[in-house]
Amino acid sequence: MGIGSFFTSKLDEAIGWARKYSIFQYPFVTACCGMEYMATACSHYDIDRFGAGLPRFSPRQADVLFVVGTISHKMAPVLKRVYDQMTEPKWVVAFGVCTCTGGFYNNYATVQGIDTIIPVDVYIPGCPPRPESVIDGLMKLQDKIATQTQRY
Amino acid sequence: MDGAAVLDAIRQRADVVETHAHRGDATVVVTRDALPRVLALCRDAPALAFDMLMDLTAVDYLKYPGREDGPRFEVVYHLYSLVHNHRVRIKTRVDEDDAVVPSAVGLWPSANWFEREVWDMFGVRFSGHPNLMRLLLYEEFVGHPLRKDYPIDRRQPLIGPAQ
Repeated sequence: MGIGSFFTSKLDEAIGWARKYSIFQYPFVTACCGMEYMATACSHYDIDRFGAGLPRFSPRQADVLFVVGTISHKMAPVLKRVYDQMTEPKWVVAFGVCTCTGGFYNNYATVQGIDTIIPVDVYIPGCPPRPESVIDGLMKLQDKIATQTQRY
Repeated sequence: MDGAAVLDAIRQRADVVETHAHRGDATVVVTRDALPRVLALCRDAPALAFDMLMDLTAVDYLKYPGREDGPRFEVVYHLYSLVHNHRVRIKTRVDEDDAVVPSAVGLWPSANWFEREVWDMFGVRFSGHPNLMRLLLYEEFVGHPLRKDYPIDRRQPLIGPAQ
């Protein structure tokens, strides 16, 4: 191991620490899970404590795509396009069972899990998930961001 | 007019297959050939004056007990008169291999999207419709999902990014 690689790993940690506390989310809200997302985002549960307080309503300015609610086959191309518009580094959170697996919508209209369209980093189950679950998922995402190999 | 009087008025002026009334819901069953005439009569006769098409939908009677041999689809019109405050339900039956019904868009413009939805979900076509495209689903969708023989777990191919 040379000096260069030692130095790089320390820089990775510093960047990971900075990135995990500056999560700018893009909330892609399509259904009832949105109410629970709002509860989490507002002052009572206050995800600003985790540095995730500022949603950006343009995917080009966002780091984390929160997919909140059922995704139908007709909505799938829109979601894919939003994901493609985000700049690296980017992460995706599947919020609620509908986005994880399709949930109880086992029918002709619903995408059976958004991981059939875009890669997903954290799955938050629940119908809808309680704010505590969302915060748990957010902290898991922070761990992932902090410990992964950083690209910059 | 109450339901029985509405049924009488329609029966006197048009050929109907059968009529029945159940708990205040009056129903007329007509053949497909008589349908345009009956609908026009319902809208234009002053005593009936059904100026509003409340709903237009269809029923798939495949495997329905007692109806297995009969015509598969039933197209249902729910009419309401704002003038007289009375209602009637008109039904017509069509077979699967000839699932075409004359369009009602000329009588009630609101039939436009109802008929597109019925085409979308049941695959019943409406002759004379100005723009019979799928309403809720997308053009790449194969089949008609509210048909009773559409498998509940069939998956459609994902469609590509919107252009």
